[in-house]
Amino acid sequence: MTTVDIPVGSRLVDDGTRFRVHRATMTDTGVYSGELAKIFARSWLYVGHESEVREPGDYVRRPVGGRPVFMVRGRKSGEVNVFHNTCSHRGAVVCRRDQGNTKVFQCFYHAWSFDTEGNLVGMPGREAYDEPRFAELGLAPVAKVESYRGFVFCCFDPAAVPLTEYLAGAREYLDLVVDGADGEVEIIKGTQQYGMAANWKLLVENSVDGYHAASTHDTYFKYLVSLGTDLSVGVSGVTKALGNGHAVLEYEAPWGRPIAKWEPLFGEEAKPEIEGLRAGLAQKYGEERAHRIADLNRNLLIYPNLVINDIMAVTVRTFMPAGPDATDITAWELAPRDELPQVRQRRLDSFLTFLGPGGFATPDDIEALESCQQGFTSGGIEWNDVSRGMNRDPQATDEEQMRAFWRRWRADMDAEVTR
Amino acid sequence: MTITRAEVEDFLYHEADLLDEWRLDEWLTLYTDDAHYAIPCNDDPGGDPARDLMLIDDNRFRMGARVERLNSRKAHREYPHSNTRHMITNVRLGAWDGDELPVRASFVVWRFRGGRAADYVGQYFYRLLYRDGALRIRDKRVVLDMTALRPAYDVAIVL
Repeated sequence: MTTVDIPVGSRLVDDGTRFRVHRATMTDTGVYSGELAKIFARSWLYVGHESEVREPGDYVRRPVGGRPVFMVRGRKSGEVNVFHNTCSHRGAVVCRRDQGNTKVFQCFYHAWSFDTEGNLVGMPGREAYDEPRFAELGLAPVAKVESYRGFVFCCFDPAAVPLTEYLAGAREYLDLVVDGADGEVEIIKGTQQYGMAANWKLLVENSVDGYHAASTHDTYFKYLVSLGTDLSVGVSGVTKALGNGHAVLEYEAPWGRPIAKWEPLFGEEAKPEIEGLRAGLAQKYGEERAHRIADLNRNLLIYPNLVINDIMAVTVRTFMPAGPDATDITAWELAPRDELPQVRQRRLDSFLTFLGPGGFATPDDIEALESCQQGFTSGGIEWNDVSRGMNRDPQATDEEQMRAFWRRWRADMDAEVTR
Repeated sequence: MTITRAEVEDFLYHEADLLDEWRLDEWLTLYTDDAHYAIPCNDDPGGDPARDLMLIDDNRFRMGARVERLNSRKAHREYPHSNTRHMITNVRLGAWDGDELPVRASFVVWRFRGGRAADYVGQYFYRLLYRDGALRIRDKRVVLDMTALRPAYDVAIVL
């Protein structure tokens, strides 16, 4: 057995012909705590979508990077604010519902009140302070908050590069999703919050893995066949690194796309309407871009833990490790805003065939990833092999997109944290 | 039509038996051809499948496909199958609505597999028919009480 002298915590071998990842990266608690400090505390992380807080005072509460935060549209500024969910007095959580609309967030412990811009606006018995420093005792905004085309991100590191720079080549793919929807998208009500007993990076790999589709998801493809779907098109396309650890798998596949690719699931009666949507895209963007928007699928990874899969529907999926072998997953469905009810119905239906914890594919992915995690504990083999396609221009069933993730992961894990 | 609570309970216990014994083809025969089986998301118990994202929203065709999938050896999450136990209690009959009898019941479903246990807790909302001398299910809606599905991982089994 070879011993490779490389820093602990970032054990990869990348020698130009083979790419190997040490399995300790998936099982070690030291690696996990390193990730919290070096990746989740320093990367731009997805918070939510602006459509979730459309009106002034609308808020949603959720953990981001393992920390409870909430996002609220300010009543004065109209801006989307993201605050740490803790009272400036003695720490209690101030936003105590998952969503709603409010004028103030009042901490129930001692009744300090904060407005939707985070300002402290009231406390009982202020005469007990010589000088209550209202201006210094507001809620703490997360260090950096920016959005790109409606997707709101935050970063706990004040020294982070601007979001658009961070997103690098991933912007083009977010643009394709939003442009296909005529420029306005929204998150559909209803959140799938599921979990798995496996390392989070296994889900990163799986979310952009074209190689596993045919073997793991046999029952899904059988279902498509039972509907009359033509499978001869197969899964073909390319994988690409997009910079900063982001990556995409862009490909043709047999299933339909509610944005503008018909399939038998949608019914004959939907054909003219979908052809109309397709023609509209061609008129607006030209045939080439319309083809990309309508016909091609995109599994997009935005480093470290956001996946936007624009496939038989569009899912926005984020996940967070709860330990080296446990991951909390949250998935939403994204759709063009104000879509016709019958189109929306088709989209909802299409999503559930494959996606989510009750779909015909996602549970088998979870099984595969948990199975990997169990396999790691068996020992005997130290390294995963992620070399597929290193000898050619990476195709849809290759692993270049995973290597892009892992290279950035290693760079982050090897970095000294000075803050 | 007089259907007693005991008759409805017997019928629901029968469904639970079929599910726990993985006799899914027989389970399907309890449902009408226009049946529907749905589970809203944990954060949207009133979820409308025409507007909202659900966890499951099956028409009868997809229920059949789900059974076919679970019967195969390639539904990896459920091969081998979990041991399940569907516990049904607090059965309440509503007033007949045309030919439909609304029934709600509380449930706990236990799922055991590979040394792990998961439990699902919630309410069933049924719409039953009495046809050709037997009760049939036209609609089953499963509303989960858990605030997130996470502790139970997924809903690869039939609840």
